[in-house]
Amino acid sequence: MLKLFYLFTKIGLFTIGGGYAVIPLIEKEIVSREWLTLEEFYELLAITESLPGVFATNIAALVGFKISGIKGGIIAALGTIIAPFAIILLIATFFHQFQDNIYVIKAFKALRPVVVALIAAPCYTIVKINKMTIKTLLFPLLALLLMWYVGISPVWIVLFGCLGSISYYEFKNRRKRQ
Amino acid sequence: MIFLKLFLTFLKIGTFGFGGGYAMLSLIREEVVDRHAWMSNSEFIDLVAISQMTPGPIGINTATYAGYAALEHAGYSSPIAVFGAVVATIALCLPSFLMISLISYFFLKFRNNKYFTYALLGIKPLSVSLIALAVLSLTNTENFIDFYSPILFLLTLGISIKYKTHPILILFVAAIIGLLVY
Repeated sequence: MLKLFYLFTKIGLFTIGGGYAVIPLIEKEIVSREWLTLEEFYELLAITESLPGVFATNIAALVGFKISGIKGGIIAALGTIIAPFAIILLIATFFHQFQDNIYVIKAFKALRPVVVALIAAPCYTIVKINKMTIKTLLFPLLALLLMWYVGISPVWIVLFGCLGSISYYEFKNRRKRQ
Repeated sequence: MIFLKLFLTFLKIGTFGFGGGYAMLSLIREEVVDRHAWMSNSEFIDLVAISQMTPGPIGINTATYAGYAALEHAGYSSPIAVFGAVVATIALCLPSFLMISLISYFFLKFRNNKYFTYALLGIKPLSVSLIALAVLSLTNTENFIDFYSPILFLLTLGISIKYKTHPILILFVAAIIGLLVY
């Protein structure tokens, strides 16, 4: 149990700049210990990809659950949280002292547009990987317009996306059967 | 009262935060900057920069910081603000944790549930718009201050897409450029 906590603390620490970095790590640590088979791990991975929330914490909770029930789930999830939590608290407490430092101000002036670009880059990657065309991009564009110009909350967009998609496929299936 | 607000806000983000850390950013930004004004726009972008440079999932990092900052802005002392960070972080993880408990406990084969599959097919393309929204909201005069800013933006975009350079390396170089240029 302690080992599980330690392992996922380690894994939480390695999630720097993108959650998917943890996949090979967990695979190596968990599967090599024979806590899970590779097949079981991939099954859990597929479930994680369809859950909301934090990827690393979710996969940790699932693996923990599978290995030793609810206790394992809680411990593994806490493992991924505890180190980043402590680090950010430390920064939050001391950031005000650095905030007015001339070098910090200079660095952040350049960092801000760069961070915006780092957020933008996955947009391109997702469109490319999923081979999205003008037709499949129509709904995302419409959603973006609604959120940006009309000010509709992203929460509604996610909800309507789910419901719309369910009714679309259900309708399509029914017509096929007739 | 503010604890309850924090808890409910991050519960909401944890429930609807599909599509990974970046897609979640527009949800978080809308709540903590626009709706509740727990931090300013530039504070938010600094936080994203810090999250990228420090270990840990970006969702956890932002929840922890937002929880702390919210209470600090409301005039509470540091030790109490830490409690705000705890509340926000736990609330963020709670929804998916409950789902995981249900899945594991009842051996639900919910991947095979057709309605669930349909819903996911709908959400997947929308993650593009959620990420794009975060980008649009952050493209303002607080973050783009002079003619260097768009150059840095385009350079980063190009390098990141073409060479898939690690974000840490990009941020490190950007910080040095900032020290030299400004």
